[in-house]
Order: sequence, then structure tokens, then C-alpha cells
Amino acid sequence: MAVVTPKMIGERIKRREDPRLIQGLGTYVDDIKLPGMLHLAFKRSDIAHGIIKSIDVSEAQSMPGVELVITGAELKEFLPPMPIGTPFPSPDHYSVAVDRVRYQGEPVAVVVAADRYLARDAADAIVVDYEVLPAVIDPEVAMQGQPALVHEAFENNLAVPYVPGGTGFDAEAGTVDNSAVDKAFAEADFTLSQRMMNQRLAPTAMEARGVVAHYEPGKDTLTIWSSTQNPHILKTFVAALTGIPDNQVRAIAPEVGGGFGCKINIYGEDYVAAALSKQLGKPLKWIEDRSEAFQATIHGRGILAYVDICGKNDGKVTGLKIKLIADIGAYNMILTAAIPTLTMLMLNGTYDIPAIRAELTEVFTNKMPTDAYRGAGRPEGTYFVERAMDMVARHLGMDPAEVKRKNFIKADQFPFATQMGAVYDSGDYEKTLDLALKNANWEGLKAERDRAKSEGRLVGLGVSFYVEVCGLGPSASLPTGGWEYSSVTVERSGKVTATTGSSPHGQGNETTFSQMLADQFGIPMSDVTILHGDTGVVKQGIGTFGSRSQAVGGTVLMKAGDKVKDKMARFAAAMLNPNEETDASEMVFQDGTIYFRDAPGNSVTFADVAAYAYVPVPLPEGLDPGLSEQAFWEPSNNTYPYGCHISMIEIDRDTGEPKLLKLIAVDDCGTVVNPLIVEGQIHGGLAQGIGQAMIEEVVYDDDGQLITGSFMDYAMPRATDFPRFELDKTVTPTPVNPLGAKGVGEAGTLGSTPCIVNAAVDALSEFGVTHIDMMLRPEKLWRIINQGGKS
Amino acid sequence: MANETPVSIKVNGKEEQRDVEPRLLLAHFLREDLGLTGTHIGCDTTQCGACTVLIDGKSVKACTVFAVQADGSEVTTIEGVGAEGELHPVQEGFWEEHGLQCGYCTPGMIMSGIHLLNENKNPSEQEIREGISGNFCRCTGYQHIVNAIQYAAKKG
Repeated sequence: MAVVTPKMIGERIKRREDPRLIQGLGTYVDDIKLPGMLHLAFKRSDIAHGIIKSIDVSEAQSMPGVELVITGAELKEFLPPMPIGTPFPSPDHYSVAVDRVRYQGEPVAVVVAADRYLARDAADAIVVDYEVLPAVIDPEVAMQGQPALVHEAFENNLAVPYVPGGTGFDAEAGTVDNSAVDKAFAEADFTLSQRMMNQRLAPTAMEARGVVAHYEPGKDTLTIWSSTQNPHILKTFVAALTGIPDNQVRAIAPEVGGGFGCKINIYGEDYVAAALSKQLGKPLKWIEDRSEAFQATIHGRGILAYVDICGKNDGKVTGLKIKLIADIGAYNMILTAAIPTLTMLMLNGTYDIPAIRAELTEVFTNKMPTDAYRGAGRPEGTYFVERAMDMVARHLGMDPAEVKRKNFIKADQFPFATQMGAVYDSGDYEKTLDLALKNANWEGLKAERDRAKSEGRLVGLGVSFYVEVCGLGPSASLPTGGWEYSSVTVERSGKVTATTGSSPHGQGNETTFSQMLADQFGIPMSDVTILHGDTGVVKQGIGTFGSRSQAVGGTVLMKAGDKVKDKMARFAAAMLNPNEETDASEMVFQDGTIYFRDAPGNSVTFADVAAYAYVPVPLPEGLDPGLSEQAFWEPSNNTYPYGCHISMIEIDRDTGEPKLLKLIAVDDCGTVVNPLIVEGQIHGGLAQGIGQAMIEEVVYDDDGQLITGSFMDYAMPRATDFPRFELDKTVTPTPVNPLGAKGVGEAGTLGSTPCIVNAAVDALSEFGVTHIDMMLRPEKLWRIINQGGKS
Repeated sequence: MANETPVSIKVNGKEEQRDVEPRLLLAHFLREDLGLTGTHIGCDTTQCGACTVLIDGKSVKACTVFAVQADGSEVTTIEGVGAEGELHPVQEGFWEEHGLQCGYCTPGMIMSGIHLLNENKNPSEQEIREGISGNFCRCTGYQHIVNAIQYAAKKG
């Protein structure tokens, strides 16, 4: 019997992932128990910088239940330095420090014991003697080679000494022509300059990291479960480092409790678990606790900028110079050095600025390395540009929204080649700005602010407009390759099983991808199963980051689906019209049936065609049995979603405490497959961006001690920190993929930070303040209120 | 082990008797000894609330209670609140309103939501936000969680 299958793409479908998760039935990595499994604990450096003089493991080794204690120097014998994914020169980075520690929390020794309590007891019993070296903390001091060198081979602590970009930069010749930029600044009516810090953050996925490694000696196989965003990359890297061939390694991302970029990396603990499981022939588990996560899971942001912006008195911006200094911490992780280059790539913002000069320097310090954290370089770029644009508006006394409008890249300029070398795919920025202003009742809000100010209240408005690079990307832009993989199988029963290399950790791919296949095949969503996160099941893949699941993973799913559909159409045609040559492209898949477009009354059921394809008697000419196809696909370009955020905040005149009153967002991520999930993604991104603007900051003291080492000191946003967000969207599909989807996972983190700081500066304008560095600590704001505009 | 202490705890309606180390956290007792892995652990300083369970009807962070302290009490974990086909209204709300993404904070968040509604059948939005302020979520920005609890409150 035919079932009616409504169109699913674009619908607010509740998630298929949820039933298991709301019952506590999801299997996260710490829920995995294997027979004979032992537990790892890491002894970590409690100083930021020093030479390891000796490690005394004797007491630890003698404790009951302890199987093995091993130091970095011993591990080095069979575990090479960790690989990275960027082309910049990099110092050796061992999973466990060999002779010198370079950040607080760096592993120095490993314990294997019968349970996790014993393992921690034994790690605590290890005694390390250090020769303490001065800690390199301030990146600008570090650049002078002071107070020490983090790596002897890197003069003045320069990890990446100098990368230029922008107008007049010839990448091939490596030359920089400053004439256009110099002319813009020479002829400008005004120039504004500001130092801005985009502070370090801790990603803090609610599930910290964890790994279970199971080497089976007789088979020489390794199965590794890890809380990762990209099991296929994990498999490749672990194979390379442990010497187990990659076709003997199976990596599994079970239920993953959030990632936000920090679980792209393959960390020392993953490699150690794999290598020691191989050495001991036993399964090993390591679960990171929160204190370790603050110390030893990558941080995000940490970029300082010197910004000069110039323009004409009518509001037209004519030139921008930005010097970026990235405080990358002690080592290069997989993408560490590449993240600030994304900041640079996005310095054009949404504006047609004729002359831009950007320079980037990356500096080693004695801190945890930085790497991708939600937005990964783009929020920093957006923040610098949007703060500068707001300064222009404030300088000229113009409405900040109108300054944006005046400088926007216009809808008829797309595709738009920026000064920074990006080609923006599509956009209509004015349309989005107009909708945001309308939804916010912008003129009314301004009147409300003015009224509040006249009553002596410190109320301010902020507006920001962002563009980000998503849907990563062509293979030229990713060291792993920029494609994605999918397979689609129509089972004998007519149910559909698909695999995807997009390995989700909260994004809801099982739901959105089921929606897509349901539409493609004209079957109920409940007949579709999406498999992911297991390299033994999903043959190839890249992973989930850079807002690429829908744009790249979704597109390749369609491609694989099309291949199966084409073959299935030919089987159906043979059933309907056995004696004639027919055009399979004329077959319609709808409501669980397949029929010729011009003969809907004469159909076969989807399930009957599936059954026929597996027992094809007679076998139609030119067809092989079975219905299972795979596809690889990579986009020709990245996508460039964008949006406008507007906020209203109030600062308490007596205490300096800021409160976010309103947040209005209009985002354009192209085609939306499931609005419910997209809204959830935007909410989450907003919360992280607002967190950065208002309360979050990783702080090290001058000795390199992590001050914000737990949730008692690192301000994780709570439900009470937010107002109800007001969302809306415009839809400008990308021409880069057939779905038209651009990606939305990171969007919220881009618009929110400048939007909120702009509002704070507006609120405190009576004190003559023109910039406030994040986060908006009440004490900092109180000083501005009470000390004449100086923060 | 010599220093183990017997405990008797009623978990999800079932009497459980074990010998435990005095330092064993209730969260580890539930997860490791009883295999109830729906109770998650997200921090080590009693801030995040991922391990929230009900002890004698009150919401408690199970990482801050030793198993021996729970001796003689009744504990309800996420596994004990409802099953497919007969979900608790708060569970149903989380599903209907997209109150979760990665799902890691969800069991603790649901337990806090249940406790909140037990105490206050018709909370305002601000009361809901305050009621779950001992539970962290990094994915959702909390708005859909608030909606989920409002859904459950409406359902009664």
C-alpha cells in the first residue's frame, strides 16, 4: 500500500537521535568497558617551563594494582613526535615531555593501573624534579626573545615570523606593494587606531576527552574509541605513529559529548593509549577530568591586533591595516598555525574596502597550544573589523548600521574577489541588514536607549555584520583533503542504510540526512538509517568541522543517493515495461512507489523493486544485481554565510555589572534543511560568543600558572546569563553545491562578540571610551565609569 | 579490599547492596558498580550538574556525594524516570523542543527539570533559568531547554 511521504527538507523535524539520549542510553566513550581493561593516568607538569632533572617513579611502581609506569624519555623509544597538519616549521612535540616541559599540564609520565582511582593515586606518587626556567607569557615580550626561548631553534619565539596579505600582495612572487594602502591612508579624512585583544578561551565540551584503545596481538589490529570529531583522521594519524598499518586500525567515535573544534585534534593521550595497548596487549582507557581539560585540551582565540582604519567623512572606509600577533602557546597542534591565517582571510569583512594590508606573526609562549575553537579564526577577524567599523561610525557620529550599508559589497558584485584572496560565493547583505533593523525596531530601540540614558541609565546598542568561510572546502584548503564520503544502500526490504564521513557530535546529522534521503527516494524518514563515526563501517571520511556537514557531507550523500536511485529506476523500468527500452530518468519516486512520469497509475512499490534488484530474474540487460553505491565529492569553493546581530545591554552604574537585555539575529546560511536544528546551532554559537564577550577568559599568571583551571574560576555561561534570543533568517543559496546550503555551526560566535562590545562602548559613551577589551568584567567597566574613560 | 564498607541503596526502585571504598563517589558507584551510565560526569568541582540525580526526591550532584553517604536512601537516575512509549513529560519536552544537541548534559538537566517542576508546577521563564543554573550546557544556549521545561509544565 502506498504511503504519502510529505516533503521533509525544510521541515522542523524533531531529532531521531533524541530517544536514546533523553533516556540516558547513549554510549559515550567512558561508557565502554572491555574485559581486562586497564586505566591510564597522566602525571602532568605543575610548572610552565623547566628542564626535567629527574623523575622518581619508584613509589608509584610499587603500588598494588599498578601495571606500568613509563616516562616520556622511555616512550620516545617507540613513539615518534606527533604529526601536524600545517606547512609551517614546527618543533618536535612528543606525546609525553621528554626532557623539558613547556606548559603547565604537559604530561611527563604515564601510569597504567587496574582502576582509575589507583592510576591517579600512582600518578600522584611520582616525584619530578625540575630546573625552573622563566615562563614566557606575554606574546609581545616573547617576540623580543624575552624572558626565555620556548624552543631554542625558534629565534625570538617566532613560530611564524611574518605572513603578509591583502592589497598588493603577490603570493607567487612573495612581494608586497604598499602603494595602494599608503595612498589610501595619505588621502583619508581620518585615521583611527586601536589595539584589540581577542582573548583565550577554553572550548569546554561538556564531555571532556577520552579514549579506549584495544590492540589485539594475534590479529595485529587496533580498535580505538575516542571522543573525536573525525575518526578517519584519527585512524590515519594513529596508524602512522604506532606503526600499525592503517588497514589494521579501526577508529570509532561513539556518542560524542560536544566538540566545538577541540576534538579535531589527535592528542598525546590518544597516541599513548594506542601505543601502550600494543605494548601490553591489553585494552586501555583514559578519561580526561575537567581540571585536565582546562590545562591540556587546546584553547581557542588568543589573537592580538593593531588596527588602523581610515576613510572619508561621508562614512566611506578607504583603507584598513591590521597587524595580528597570535599567542599560539607552546607547540603546534594539528591546525594551530593555520587558524590565525583564517583570521587574516576574513579581514575584508562584508565590505568593499579598496586597500587592506594585513600582517601576521605567530608566537610561542608557555601556555597550552591554541587551535580550532568554534569559528576558528573567523570570529577574531570579524571582531577586529566590526569593532573598527563601529569606531568609524562613532567618530563620524553616524548610525553604525548606515556606515555598514554604505560600505557593503553589493548584491550585484557576487561572486566577489576580496583583497584577502577569498571569493565570496553569494550574498545580499542589505536585505539581511534591513530585516534585522526591522525585527529589532531599530529606530524604536534607539529612542528607548536615549530615553534610558536621559534617565541616567547606562544603556547601549550594538550592531554587527559578519561573513564567515564555511563548507570547508576544496582539497587545496585542507591538509586532509577537502572532500567528504557517503554510501547509500537500498536493502532487500526497501529500507535505506547510508553511511557518512561527517561524524557528528550534536549536529543532528542522523535527522537531517534522513530527511534528505526520504525526499530523494519518496519514502518515510523512519525507513532510513544513517551510520557514522566508525571507520570499520564508513569506508572513508574527513569529519565534522568548519560548518561542513550539510554543505559537503549533505551534498555527497545526495550524490551517492542519486547513483543508487538511477540504478533502481532502471530496475523499476524493467519491471514496469519489460519489453521496451525506457528512459530511467523519467521515473518518479513518490509515496513508496516508482512510476513513469506520464503513467502514475501504473506503479511498482519501492520495496518490490528493492527485492527484485537482489534476486533479478530475469537480469535486465546492462544491469548488475544489488543497490549500493558510494560517492566522494568536494566543492569547488568554500561557502560564505553571513548575518546581522543587534544587541542591547545595560551596565549598572554603581557596580559596573553588564546585563544583556536583547539579542536579535538574522542569519543567512543558504538552504535550511531543518529549521529547528539550525536554530539550535545559532543559539549555541550565540551563547559561546556572548560568553566570550561578557564572562569567559583563560588566564595565566606571570609564572604560567593557569588561574582559570576549573569551573570555579572559568566562567561558563549559565541559563541566567542570557535573554531569549530573537532569530530570523534570509535565504541566499550558495551556487557552490546543489543543495544551496552554506553551513551554520559557527555563525553565532562571529556576530555576537563585536555586537556586544559595540553595545558596551555605546552604553559608556558619556565617559569618552572608544574601545573596551573583552571580556566585560564588571571591575573593568566600573573603572571606566569611575576613572574617566580609562579601563 | 579491607577498608570496604557495605551500603544498601534503593536505585530506581531496586534495592542494591555492595561493599564500597569509603571514597567512592556516588556517581562512580552508579556508573561503574551498577552500570547505570546515563549519569554523566562533566567536571570535578560540583559545578556542571551532568551527574544530577534525585536522592529522596531532591536533586543532588552525584559527584559530590560518597556512595556511603547515600546508604539507606532512594536514588532516581535518568534510567528510572521513563522509557520509550511512556516518557516523563520533561523527557518528552526535551525531544519535542530540541532541548539537546550532544546529549551529554541532558540526563542531569532532565533530573534538574523534574525536581524544579516537582517544587514549582508553573514556573516563570526566569524561575526555570534559575532552576537549571546549576547545570551547564555548552551546545544549546539554554533557550530550547527552557522551552522543553515549559512544555513539560504545560503538560502537567
